[in-house]
Amino acid sequence: MNRFKVRAFGITRELLGGREATIELNGTTVGDLRGELASRYPELTGLRSLYIAVNSDYAAEDQVLNPDDEIALIPPVSGG
Amino acid sequence: MIRISEKQIDVQKVIDTASSLNAGAVSVFIGTVRNNAQGKKVVWLEYEAYETMAVGEIRKIMDEACQRWPLLGWAVSHRIGTLKPGEVAVVVAVSTPHRKDSFAACEFVIDTLKEKVPIWKKEVFEDGQEWISARPMLEAKA
Repeated sequence: MNRFKVRAFGITRELLGGREATIELNGTTVGDLRGELASRYPELTGLRSLYIAVNSDYAAEDQVLNPDDEIALIPPVSGG
Repeated sequence: MIRISEKQIDVQKVIDTASSLNAGAVSVFIGTVRNNAQGKKVVWLEYEAYETMAVGEIRKIMDEACQRWPLLGWAVSHRIGTLKPGEVAVVVAVSTPHRKDSFAACEFVIDTLKEKVPIWKKEVFEDGQEWISARPMLEAKA
């Protein structure tokens, strides 16, 4: 089991019930994390889009996560 | 200059930061809080940012703008926290030798900011609240 801390912003903060959640999963990639998040928080799949950022950069699905990475959920942005 | 802050934006300071004696044009975009959305009265907006990433994404946008247009100076300031209708939420200012480049660069910066920079706003109405653009439009489901 790999354990990752995930920061949540905007609507994802409300869907996860806090600014941060700890997620345990068997896999190690962004895609694996996305799958685990979707099963734990099904409402995430109803968003228009959901990107995952690693160390402040948008990450690809096959990117491998390290335990000390800063991981964040990026729901549809709406600045300006 | 890139600034993300809960403090009121000093628009003149943003313009001054972007200005240059070599420039013949300064274009400024000022984004303000509308008092209505979806036919309802907006009471206030809540802005939230993932600040370290937002600064990084704005820097990438400005790097690209500097490659595409001859920018002599620029500044971007975004406010977060609680904003009431009429308040300034974002200011983009760029200066170039001639006006066409400054208009084009300013438009590119604000358009790309709205598309990529991790900042979110929640509209608070008299009878509820909603994160903007978060969910598919209701009519799209029908």
